[in-house]
Amino acid sequence: MNEKVTAIINKYSSDRGQLVSILQDIQAEYRYLPKDALLQVSETMGIPASRVYDVATFFKAFSLKPRGKYVIDVCLGTACHVRGGNRVLETMERCLAIERGQTTKDGKFTLETVNCMGCCAVGPAVKIDGDYYGHMSTDKVDGLLAKFE
Amino acid sequence: MVTINIDGRDLQAQEGQTILQVATENGIDIPTLCHHEAIEPYGACRLCIVEITRGRRTRIVTSCLYPVEEGLKVQTNSLRVMQNRKMLVELLLARCSKNKVIRELASQLGIEQPIIKPEFLEEEDCMVCGLCVRACEQVVGASAISLVNRGITKEPASPFLEPARDCIGCGSCFYICPTNAIKMEDKGDIRYIYNWKVEFKLKKCKVCGNYWAPEKQLEYIRKKWNLPDDFFDICPTCK
Amino acid sequence: MTTKLLNKLSSRQDLEALRKELVRKRKTDKPTISLCNGTACRPYGCLQLTEAFKQGLEVRGLTAKVELRVTGCHGLCEKGPIVVIQPGDIFYQQVKSDDVPEILSETVAKGNVIDRLLHTDPATGRKVVHRNEVPFYLKQQRNILGNNVEINFNKIEDYISIGGYAALARALLEMTPEKIIEEIKSSGLRGRGGAGFPTGAKWESCRHAPGDIKYVIVNADEGDPGAYANEGLLSGNPHSVLEGLIIGAFAVGANQGYVYVRNEYPLALANMVTAIDQAERFGFLGDNILGSGFNFNVRINRGGGAFVCGESTALMASLEGKVGEPRAKYVHTVEKGLWNRPSDLNNVETWANVPLIINKGADSYRTLGTDGSKGTKIFSLVGKINNTGLVEVPMGITLREIIYDIGGGIRDGKKFKAIQTGGPSGGCLPESLLDLPVDFDELSKAGSMMGSGGMIVMDETTCMVDIARYFLSFLEEESCGKCLPCREGIKRMRQVFDEITAGRGSEKDLEFLEQLSLTLVDSSLCGLGQTAPNPVLTTLRYFKDEYEAHIKEKRCPAGVCKALTHYYVIEEKCPGCGICVRECPQEAITFMGKKKPVMMDESKCIKCGICCDVCKMGAIGKR
Repeated sequence: MNEKVTAIINKYSSDRGQLVSILQDIQAEYRYLPKDALLQVSETMGIPASRVYDVATFFKAFSLKPRGKYVIDVCLGTACHVRGGNRVLETMERCLAIERGQTTKDGKFTLETVNCMGCCAVGPAVKIDGDYYGHMSTDKVDGLLAKFE
Repeated sequence: MVTINIDGRDLQAQEGQTILQVATENGIDIPTLCHHEAIEPYGACRLCIVEITRGRRTRIVTSCLYPVEEGLKVQTNSLRVMQNRKMLVELLLARCSKNKVIRELASQLGIEQPIIKPEFLEEEDCMVCGLCVRACEQVVGASAISLVNRGITKEPASPFLEPARDCIGCGSCFYICPTNAIKMEDKGDIRYIYNWKVEFKLKKCKVCGNYWAPEKQLEYIRKKWNLPDDFFDICPTCK
Repeated sequence: MTTKLLNKLSSRQDLEALRKELVRKRKTDKPTISLCNGTACRPYGCLQLTEAFKQGLEVRGLTAKVELRVTGCHGLCEKGPIVVIQPGDIFYQQVKSDDVPEILSETVAKGNVIDRLLHTDPATGRKVVHRNEVPFYLKQQRNILGNNVEINFNKIEDYISIGGYAALARALLEMTPEKIIEEIKSSGLRGRGGAGFPTGAKWESCRHAPGDIKYVIVNADEGDPGAYANEGLLSGNPHSVLEGLIIGAFAVGANQGYVYVRNEYPLALANMVTAIDQAERFGFLGDNILGSGFNFNVRINRGGGAFVCGESTALMASLEGKVGEPRAKYVHTVEKGLWNRPSDLNNVETWANVPLIINKGADSYRTLGTDGSKGTKIFSLVGKINNTGLVEVPMGITLREIIYDIGGGIRDGKKFKAIQTGGPSGGCLPESLLDLPVDFDELSKAGSMMGSGGMIVMDETTCMVDIARYFLSFLEEESCGKCLPCREGIKRMRQVFDEITAGRGSEKDLEFLEQLSLTLVDSSLCGLGQTAPNPVLTTLRYFKDEYEAHIKEKRCPAGVCKALTHYYVIEEKCPGCGICVRECPQEAITFMGKKKPVMMDESKCIKCGICCDVCKMGAIGKR
């Protein structure tokens, strides 16, 4: 039994209704949802493993594979799309040599998409490691990625 | 008791019944795929849709879930229903273009060629009706499998896509699947359910020597109902 | 300034005494710097700017003498970071950290205005000093969102000092649940989440539903891409939503509430957590609120990144720890909702309207709006518009007024083409409908929808076929997958659009799209599938010519669809600087010498658009 996972389950009083929140805390701790953690949740809370797994695979916020050091969120909301957001994504995919949803081989970047973060005024918008970058265009991608060690 | 009208016939119904239940009781045929009388209705396949009229409003609802009420008027085969049903089956056919059950259904509705272009046709057997998952949860109580992922990749699967630990090998999923999408085989003394990557040792009858059910399943039932240790040593045929 | 409370407020008198004290403290001549820290201002570096102000004040020994108020969204996100200085209501925009010393020494200390930081009225070309003179705000009616500027979004004291929780006191101590419901019904308030169901009627049904345990829920899962109206309200003034929720709970008879916040809104989540914590400490939540005998508690749940969880039954499933699959609503959720109990779910903005109605009365509320749609609506006005931001307008204002008078018209001198409302459930309306009043029923009649608040402006460089494809692609990913028509049907529609945008479409495709659309509308299980065809149907209705161009001429008039678009060099404009040559990832452009136009090898071109983006001379064209 993992102590950190136990603590998280207890924080939410082992309440089944809080399953999504519990998984989110586990994901925040480990940067993904380890299988053992999910099995522990299943056993401790008396939820069938299949019903923890289906929740883990349903919600886009969750990853069952370890994520990169930096998670890139490219906004594909309508406002950003209309300003060329998908071309920013394509450029990112080309520069990192991965497709959306994947992680670079060196484990540095995970490329994800998000549908509206609330930065429409500065679209196309990208979020990396919690910081927002606006007015993105295809020619700014290289420079942005180079900022991250 | 309430009176509802289905296809011009006035029928008696009990409060709490669904349109489908009343129709079935009275010999009115409404096609279904994701429905089974032993399982809570789910509303996934939409094939059982009917057109209802309440006052001046008509709408399309699934008969498996819609509760009866006094004065409800139902049409099971109106033009609107038929058009919808046909398109639904076209969607099924596009996904399961080689599946016998789906092809038969399509043929019954007069579909000769799929409306979706050949290069986009797929050859799945599973149409994600969820019966396997629901039977495992509601009838068996094992909840060994679930519908995983979301949207177009949604499918029944075992946790982590590994051998389903909670599976007892009863085969309910295999028996209930309307499109034969579950592959189960008893070979010698082993039962294989390939979809969930599991295999089970079958119990041998002390009398006839036949292998008749997975030991794990029998153990599960024995424990659940507090039966004696040797309860399943003899198969039902010999008993 | 935080007030140290020894005991919770246990009566209306306690609350009013506190309010009096806070108002007194607020009415001093202390200069105030209101600085937007909303999500949309973060990419502009507003957090660093806030730090710069803090340090600037400290260095001058002014920290206690000047109020630095960190607020939520001011509305004109295009010109952020926004800073408003009192006294004088001086409006500064696009403020940088370097501007701080001058602002402190000139404006705060002496009242002098710094010209370069002022907003320019595009009509007159003149600078505008005061916030209420900025054209963007003139036609708005910021009854709800306007309070963002007056409060620090993490200080309940600020909210109380501007009249917060007075409606709650009135509701709990002066009114009965039935009277409250009557008032909400009379006001004509309709749900702001999209469907526009009459709120009073919903509350009444919930109140009358059998059962002792009931729930109230805030739907803050604003998932429409391009809509962040709820975000600006929730993060900027969480207490306004909370106050409405508590009143509603009392009205329907619920003792437990939930706030379901979208996972992608960290600021709104954080501010709501703080607000609930403060409300508990001050006694607005918990047992015997303000001595009324009414008990009520609130939990926050986070979404997991699923648009479908904005649908009420899917949201409730998620609150039960299950996957966000909707269920049939033949039995309404006000009777059997969360945990099969009567549940009243309302949108963030709906809840925020409640204290307003209780304070001012239904009659006063009804003076704004149309016959069928009362009050105001908050929209996120985004896309190819000059004044991108959050606007709050009276129902009945026309789309033209919003786009041109408030929005300042189309950016980059382009021509208006369409306005999209209602998100993926809504539709695209053309120029001919610009005089349509914003009203639930008018928008529905035109084939679109009010939605939760996204208003996306499109111009001549937007391809309407691509937009329809975009929404289908979005919904394909977000579909829960439970029901056949939505799961399979949206994918098949998207495939048809792939063909059309690749130049392989036919007239038969349009027939098929219309047929399949009917099936989705009729037989889908929930609103996501039922409204999925809307973007397709409205673009077919109003922009058929673009479909025909793609199908018959294999041409994309807007120059968006890659397969039908060709990049080329406009020789007369090309100075031969070679920037595009460097940036092209495929080495498809060749440098031909200075002052000579570059040459493009189309066979190598992957249509990434980088050359177009980097060229300062507009020398790369698309056809």
